[in-house]
Amino acid sequence: MRDDAQPLLSVRNLRTSFFQDEGITKAVDGASFDVSPGKTLGIVGESGCGKSVTAQSILRIVDRPGRIVEGEIMLTRADGTQTDLVKLKASGQEMRSIRGGDIGLVFQEPMTSFSPVHTIGAQLIEAILLHNAVSPKEARRRGVEVLRSVGIPNPERRIDEYSFELSGGLRQRAMIAVALSCDPRLLIADEPTTALDVTTQAQILDLLRKLQRERGMAIMLITHNLGVVAEMADDVVVMYLGRVVERGNVDDIFHDPKHPYTKALLQSIPSIESVPRLKLPTISGTIPHPFNRPPGCPFHPRCASFMPGRCDTEEPALLPVGEGRKVSCFLYQASAAGPLHRSVPSGGMAAQSTGSGRA
Amino acid sequence: MIAYIVRRLVLAVLTVWAISVLSFIIIHLPPGDYVTSYIASMSASGSAVSEGEAQALREQLGLDKPITVQYAKWMGLILQGNFGMAMEWGRPVSDVIGDRLLLTMVISVAAIIFTWGIALPIGIYSAVYPYSLLDYLFTFIGFIGLAIPGFLLALVVMYVGFAWFGANVGGLFSPDFIEAPWSMAKVWDLTKHLPIPAIVLGVAGTAQLIRIMRSNLLDELRKPYVMTARARGLSEYRVVMRYPVRVALNPFISTIGYLLPYVVSGSIIVSLVLSLPTVGPLLLKALIAQDMFLAGTIILLLGVMTVIGTFISDLLLMWVDPRIRLGRE
Amino acid sequence: MAGEAAVAVPIGTVGAEDRIAVATQWQLMWWRFRKHKLAVGGTLILVAFYLVALFADFFAYVDPTESEAQRSLMAPQSIHWIDEGSFRPYVYALKGTRDPKTFKRVYVPDTSNKIPVTLFGHGEPWHLFGFIPTDRHLIAVEGAKPAESLFLLGTDTHGRDLWSRLMYATRTSMTIGLVSVALSLVLGVVLGGISGYFGGVIDTVIQRIIEILRSIPTIPLWMGLAAAVPNDWSVVQIYFAITIIISLIGWTELARVVRGRFISLKQEDFVMAAELLGCSKTRIIFRHMVPSFISHIIAATTLAIPAIIISETSLSFLGLGLRPPAISWGVLLQDAQNIQALVISPWLLLPSVAVIVAVLAFNFMGDGIRDAADPYL
Repeated sequence: MRDDAQPLLSVRNLRTSFFQDEGITKAVDGASFDVSPGKTLGIVGESGCGKSVTAQSILRIVDRPGRIVEGEIMLTRADGTQTDLVKLKASGQEMRSIRGGDIGLVFQEPMTSFSPVHTIGAQLIEAILLHNAVSPKEARRRGVEVLRSVGIPNPERRIDEYSFELSGGLRQRAMIAVALSCDPRLLIADEPTTALDVTTQAQILDLLRKLQRERGMAIMLITHNLGVVAEMADDVVVMYLGRVVERGNVDDIFHDPKHPYTKALLQSIPSIESVPRLKLPTISGTIPHPFNRPPGCPFHPRCASFMPGRCDTEEPALLPVGEGRKVSCFLYQASAAGPLHRSVPSGGMAAQSTGSGRA
Repeated sequence: MIAYIVRRLVLAVLTVWAISVLSFIIIHLPPGDYVTSYIASMSASGSAVSEGEAQALREQLGLDKPITVQYAKWMGLILQGNFGMAMEWGRPVSDVIGDRLLLTMVISVAAIIFTWGIALPIGIYSAVYPYSLLDYLFTFIGFIGLAIPGFLLALVVMYVGFAWFGANVGGLFSPDFIEAPWSMAKVWDLTKHLPIPAIVLGVAGTAQLIRIMRSNLLDELRKPYVMTARARGLSEYRVVMRYPVRVALNPFISTIGYLLPYVVSGSIIVSLVLSLPTVGPLLLKALIAQDMFLAGTIILLLGVMTVIGTFISDLLLMWVDPRIRLGRE
Repeated sequence: MAGEAAVAVPIGTVGAEDRIAVATQWQLMWWRFRKHKLAVGGTLILVAFYLVALFADFFAYVDPTESEAQRSLMAPQSIHWIDEGSFRPYVYALKGTRDPKTFKRVYVPDTSNKIPVTLFGHGEPWHLFGFIPTDRHLIAVEGAKPAESLFLLGTDTHGRDLWSRLMYATRTSMTIGLVSVALSLVLGVVLGGISGYFGGVIDTVIQRIIEILRSIPTIPLWMGLAAAVPNDWSVVQIYFAITIIISLIGWTELARVVRGRFISLKQEDFVMAAELLGCSKTRIIFRHMVPSFISHIIAATTLAIPAIIISETSLSFLGLGLRPPAISWGVLLQDAQNIQALVISPWLLLPSVAVIVAVLAFNFMGDGIRDAADPYL
């Protein structure tokens, strides 16, 4: 979050809601963050916190009845000009050339991310032809090339196979190949390793790192897996119920978490130093349904440092705390009445731990 | 892949055999036989048939033999391409059925073309714009289409033609062409008469297929590959038509197999009302007269045609769906 | 897995969600069904139809078989609602005259003779539930015989009152759907259940039988079977014969649904758990598996009834199903077969309205039940 460098993508106050008969679901509720060129931004949070909708909002592919209510998504194009993606027509020519051209997307489900009745090649070559003025023959050659670059053996043969003929790992590699086929400057990876086994996970993460080095592209990595974030990300954004609760450098976040939610998340990771047979702390309660968003700070019903009268009435803003850090918590904000709280009761989370163990 | 075709082929042959047995049994279910119903109809018209004459007729027709022998004889004849005599008509069955079978197929295929031509675009529209005004309208029309039995629709069409236009909208040919040999002019005349029976026959199937297409496509549109296709920057039209529609069409193709017996069934009843020269009215008469060779042949042939239709739709499905072609789910 | 956040712990939900949390499957279904306006409407219509079926004698006002050749093909009569400024429904008495040109006897309204029409008035005697004698009818006339004065929907070729016939036809056609579907249900659940639960050879055999039955065009099959019903059978015998013939084909679809459910349920943990606990096969099937898909069966059954009603109507229309003196919608529509007659007396087509409304209502209700049973389908 260096303010001096021009960010590749800058999201400001993004709100995306789903308008249903039952009511309005605010999936993303005022998220702001930046993606720096060539860097990796990790977005973490529990399922249902709005991570994926954020990615879909950036690509302008939010499904009905969802739509972007307000906010700004500034993309710096290859020629240095800036475009606000929110202002573009979602199905218009310009947005379509950004989709797949400037920004590539990798999805969680490699099984269902490919059409079951088209070959990998058909879907790969289609993307190349769409974004580049090349002959079908040249597009196929490039397709084979990009398949090879993501480490698929025998790409000349594999290009004519169907997704169900590939293993899970190869399928995800093929998915990455489609996303990379037109040299995007930003790759959005939405839970890219969730559906894979651990060994394959590591291989895919290695591949992403290698590709990033070679191509100098930025990655926006969406995951619920803190280990993946620690391994991959330069900067981290922590989301809760559609809001960014904390953002900063990966080392700062992991070594000195500020927001009680971030702390709780980190404490629930098993570590090599944990005492054997001791139950891991968990965060009490469940994520409220977005319909019944709690008033005030959305995390207050589950928070160890809940301050009655404040957290459940006012909404904390995302304000800077030190160099490149921002956090949205009253613990770090001077209230109208009192001075800046700095001290957090240590062990507050441990007291909250319930006996249900690790999920 | 070859194994799949062979398995389907064996199954088809088995089905045809089962249908032949079943149609033979059906024909023999009514108490008495052709001769009893012949005697009944003769005595109704005032002339009596003596016991000796009846016996001679039975022997001549082979009705005195045990039922298994009769079946074996019948099958033997059919395998030689001889469907026996239509007793009531005194002519070979193949002569009596002849053109009528062809016309039954022409009408059924026309109805299926109509059904697909209407149901596919509407189904796609309704799935892409669910709960829109037009979607509701189509759903409503579809419900009505499902609720009206084919013969009723035929009656209403006939009524409207008669009462409002003073014309007989039934039949497949103009009076001049009914007895005429086949010619280009006759084919053209047939084409002109085809739409009404095809529409009447196709309405219920159309309503059904709209619903199937809509729900299939709605399911497919929710799948991640649609979103990844969109994320590649494809135009919305291309995203929808190239991927989910293509996938949603697959189960559709497998419905041809069931659509055909359904339409052929319907054509029998509709033909009676619209007085179409198909096998329908013939079958009804043959069943009432217990003309076993004629009725048996018609039921058998209709069954065989649907088995062939199902087989073709299986092959088509294999051709369009790599998951089946490559033997995986 | 390295460092996966374990944060979700279920605790009790609050407020309105409590009600949902403790509701039974049936309550949830009912709440969802209630929201489906068309389905509720369809259900109400069906209740009305079955009331007519149950009390056909009450809704009819004359004997449906009473024919009078001279009153054949009379047009529906109009009821006059207002009599001299106040609400007092009446019809004009009919006066038989001879047409001066054709010398045919025709009936014309006698405007000087008003016959009051009443609700719940007295008419021909009948027996409620077969043993309670009464003579109350929904519609009655005062001071005249209804058979000679009331023709709400006109008469058929034999001069029988169409309204009264329609009431009795509703009884036949609506119950034939129920009886047939009950038979199909038994066949479908038993064979589909065996097929899905045991699998193997028996599954293959049953599946082949279903496939063969489904690949034969149904109408010729029905026609063949129905033609085999002897002419001298009684109305009741024919009724049951037709019911059985129709359900012989209908069960295949239900068997398919049941089999599919059994196969997918067999993989479920709770079935495995029951097996490990040593439950008997019968117990597993009827205590554990059947209750979890009974709602689907109900939906499939409801959606099967309209097809049966259409089948019966079609067969009877062809003269192969129920035959006179039985009265069903299809039998009534036989009169409409002759187009020339239909053009002169279009009211003969009126029974088709009942067919269409009943079929629509069943479809709406079935759709509602299906959506309520499984909101994710």
